[in-house]
Order: sequence, then structure tokens, then C-alpha cells
Amino acid sequence: MSPVADVVRMFRKSGSAVFGLGLVLVLGAAAVLAPLLAPHDPDTIDTARRLTRPLTAGHPLGTDEFGRDLLSRLLFGARTSLVVGLAATAVAAALGSVCGLLAGFVGRWVDQLVMRSIDTLMAFPYFLLAVAIIATLGPGLVNGMLAVAIVNVPFYGRIVRATVLAVRETDYVEAARALGVSELRLSLTHVLRNCLAPLVVAVTLNVGGMITALAGLSFLGLGVQPPTSDWGSMLSSSRQYMNVAPHVAALPGLAIFLAVLGFNLLGDGLRDALDPRLR
Amino acid sequence: MAAVGGHGLQGYVVRRILLALPVLVGVSLLVFGVMRLAPGDPAAIMLGAQATPEDVARLRRDLGLDRPVPAQYVQWMGQVLRGDLGRSIPLGRPVLPEVLLRFKATVVLTTGALLIAVGLGLAAGIVSATRQYSWLDKLSMAVAVTGVSLPVFWTGIMLILVFALSLRWFPSAGMSSPYGGGFADLLWHLALPAITLGTASAAAVARLTRSSVLEIIRQDYVRAARAKGLAERAVIARHVLKNALNPILTVVGVQVGYLLGGAILTETVFSWPGLGSMMVRAIQARDYPLVQGGVLLIATTFVVVNLVVDLLYAVFDPRIRYE
Repeated sequence: MSPVADVVRMFRKSGSAVFGLGLVLVLGAAAVLAPLLAPHDPDTIDTARRLTRPLTAGHPLGTDEFGRDLLSRLLFGARTSLVVGLAATAVAAALGSVCGLLAGFVGRWVDQLVMRSIDTLMAFPYFLLAVAIIATLGPGLVNGMLAVAIVNVPFYGRIVRATVLAVRETDYVEAARALGVSELRLSLTHVLRNCLAPLVVAVTLNVGGMITALAGLSFLGLGVQPPTSDWGSMLSSSRQYMNVAPHVAALPGLAIFLAVLGFNLLGDGLRDALDPRLR
Repeated sequence: MAAVGGHGLQGYVVRRILLALPVLVGVSLLVFGVMRLAPGDPAAIMLGAQATPEDVARLRRDLGLDRPVPAQYVQWMGQVLRGDLGRSIPLGRPVLPEVLLRFKATVVLTTGALLIAVGLGLAAGIVSATRQYSWLDKLSMAVAVTGVSLPVFWTGIMLILVFALSLRWFPSAGMSSPYGGGFADLLWHLALPAITLGTASAAAVARLTRSSVLEIIRQDYVRAARAKGLAERAVIARHVLKNALNPILTVVGVQVGYLLGGAILTETVFSWPGLGSMMVRAIQARDYPLVQGGVLLIATTFVVVNLVVDLLYAVFDPRIRYE
């Protein structure tokens, strides 16, 4: 059996992993098809129908404090949350991998510099560092994305550096080096290939945390700014009305929870399937 | 570093404290950068649009912004070490007393959450591991994966909806009743915020406790302990938990970081008078000294917590002292 088929078989054996994959696919489809699925424009204000309950005619999930259709805003919010969450993860993984490769391959003072910088970043409580970066850059969607990406760079840097240090001592890398393969090519082919499995698991497990952190920033008014549809900022503005319209607060949070749960279950499943030591 | 401070526990403590110093310097550099790296002139931003050029120039001088950056850092660091964190312009007061007062509330909240996280997490993890694949194990791990996926601010809002607004069992905001309080009143106000903040961490601790206990349960010395007829309870308590303690301690240290960060969100949801909710307002008001003071205090606390966790390792596992 090929290694890939083996991983697929292991993955499919886990019910929760398949459920997680399903959740992620459904939310992804909702985000992609939002313009087709949404019954209304997410930004159209209708002051005559403010805070209507779910299952009202024309508004399956009711409306928010401006009379905007909640289902449409949730669907378009999936776009914001997933795109920004994935983008932040990609930026963090790319920056972290470069740092890890440099530290692992060049060694000496570069390694010292990178590792001490990582120690410093990790000396900050996770969410506090994102908030501190926003304090510097100013609130906003792109800044929020950058902030949570920077916070997660150490996570990837350490994974890649550890893999580099382990792989560069192996006989086949030694053999390739003896054949005159350049250090750059070595790092790009052999080492990165070995980093792939841990990185795939790390990225999947990380996306959920990214989505939560970004929603948290938006909830505090430091991330995505109104009137953009976004789960975190929807939750934030709904708080004033939760006595009269609890569903307006409940639904965006439920969406965040399902997205994060999906990625966490998927990541757990991938880790169990890709890490042979756990079998 | 091996020679510094000699060998044994004492030497290890000295070496570990020395290693924390560069991290603290890095933290101070980053916190210093919060204001200096901001785009635009911090003095002009802090004073707002109505400020005259003379006001801006005066503030620039007061903050030392007219001097070279390394000199600014040395000046700022000197002030910090003397306990001077600057003045908050919107509040018109020195930052340090303001920040310390708020920090007390944050410590109360995070301690409550940590107790919940460790108590619940350890219990659930041990039960799960000792009854692997039983319905109890499956249930508690399903609850745990749900718990780690819950956004803390949403948990808080849902708890307020159910237990404060509908059932009226707990207050929805604040840290004490308007007229007097006492310890019971504090606990009554603390319950929902601490549960909110502690849930995700409890779930993370449970997952890690389960996997480290499972790893140790398979070791030969555990089999030997069972073979010599030791009761299962004694095997778990004396042989398994003692050895699972260090990985669990690691995750608790990491969780303190999550709790201190998550406190920012929890405090905002529950109008808890802590540092986090104050910093969010300070960021919106561009009150840089207040933000710097808050970030510096929390980050330093976290560095000290990690130091203590590392020292506890050496107490529980003598091998570490000689590395």
C-alpha cells in the first residue's frame, strides 16, 4: 500500500476526523457560494424590521439591530473569517519556515538571533502580543491579520528548525552534500520535504486558533471594522441587544465555534494519521 | 553556562534566573517599540487633532522623542526600573498606580480560572486515561475537544444569557456589589468570568494529562509495580502521576499565558475592572504609556511564572538540575 493510501485509510477510520473535514467543507462551500446562497444583500438596512426573530418570513435566521438579514451576514462573514484566518496562517507558516530554515541551516549567530527573538515573542501571553501589535499598527482587518500571524511565527519556526537539525544529520543529506549539492538546494529539497508532514498538521491545527484570535480582535473592535460582515464584530455589536434578541449574539459565536471545531478535529485526525509513532 | 553557580538545585536556580534576563531585555525592547514603531508622530497622535504645534513639541520633549532612539530606550528603561511608567494623558495620572490597581483584578480572575482549569482538567484527564476507550473516556474527550474550540468571548456571552439574564443566579458584570462585598460577594461575581476563562484551558489540560498518563502507564516500571501486587490506585498515585507531573506542569505554564491573554476578552465581556479591559480602551484612546505599562506588567508576570514552572521541574525531577 502506498504511504498516501495508508494515511487516507487511517484518516477515514476516525469518525471525528471525517466529521471535522465535513464541517470545514460545508463552511468553505458556504463562504464560496455566499452570493448565491444569501437571501438578501448582507449590508441592506431595513429599519422597519429590526431584531426580528428567526423563522420570520423572508429572514430564516431573523435580522440584526439594523434590520440586516442575519443569514446573509453569517454567510458573508464566513468569507471574511475563513479568508483572513487562512491568510494569517499562510503568512505565519511562511515566515516561520524561513526563520526555522535559517536558524537550522546557517547556525551560529543567526541561530542565536532567531531563537532569542522567538523566546522573546513567546514570553508574551499569546493574545496579549496580538493586542500589543495592534496598539502599534492601529486597528483594522489587514493589521489584525498581520498581528495574529506574527504571534504564530515562533510556533512554525521551532517546528521547522527542529526538523532541519534532525534531517541534516541523516546519512542521505550527508551523501548529497558529499556529491556537491549546494546548501540552498539541500534545504529546499530534502529538508522541506521532511517538514511537510509536521507542517500540514501544524497548519490545520493552527487555523482554528487563528480564526478565534481574529474574531477576538474584531470583538474588541481592534480587527475587522463595521460594516463588513464578520463573525467577531457581529458578536460585539449584538451584546447591547442580547436581552431582547439573544439569537443575534448566539449565532455568530456558534459559527465561529463550528469553524474552529472543524479545523481542530481535522487537525487531530491528520496528526494521528501522519504520525506513525501514535499508531 | 554549566560552571555558573555550581551544581545541584541551587546552581540550577541561578542559571535559570540568568537565562531569564535576556528574555526580559527582549520583552522591554518590544514594549518600548509599541510607541516608537507606530506610524506617524506618537506625540501628535496622543494629543489629537486640536493640539497646537507647541503642545506637540513639548510632549515630544517630555517623552524624549527628540533624542536618538538608543538614548530614548536607555532613558525609558531607567525610568521603568525606578518604577516610573510615565503619565497617562487622558487620565491625567501616573501610569503605575493605575496599572497595579487594575492588575489585582486581573490576577483574581486568572487565578480563579487557573484553579478551575487545573482541577477539572487533571481530574478529567486521569479518569480518561485510567479507563481508556470507556464511554467515560470518550465523553470527556468529546467535551474537551468542544471546550478547546469554544471562543472565550462567546462562552461568556452565553453564560450571561443563561445564568445572569434568564436564571438570575449570578451577576452579569463587575467585581463587587455596589454596597460592600466581602469574600463571598467576590466569589459570586467571579464565578461566571472564571468559568468562561477557565473552560478552554481545562480542556487543554485534560487532553494533555490523558496523553501523558497513557504514555507512562505503558512503561515497564508501572507493569512491575502492578506485578508486585500494588493496588491500582497506589500505582497511579505513586508511579504514574509523579512521572506525568512535568509534562502537565509544562502545559499549565503555557495555559497561564492563554489565561492572561484571554483575560483581555473575558474582562471586556463581564466589565471586569482588570488590566485587559483597561488596555483595550487605552488602545482606542491612543494612550501609549498606559498600553506599554499594561503589556510590560503582564509579560513580566508571564516570564516569572515560566521561571517558577522551570524551577518546579528541577524540584520534581532531579535529573534536570544536572543538564
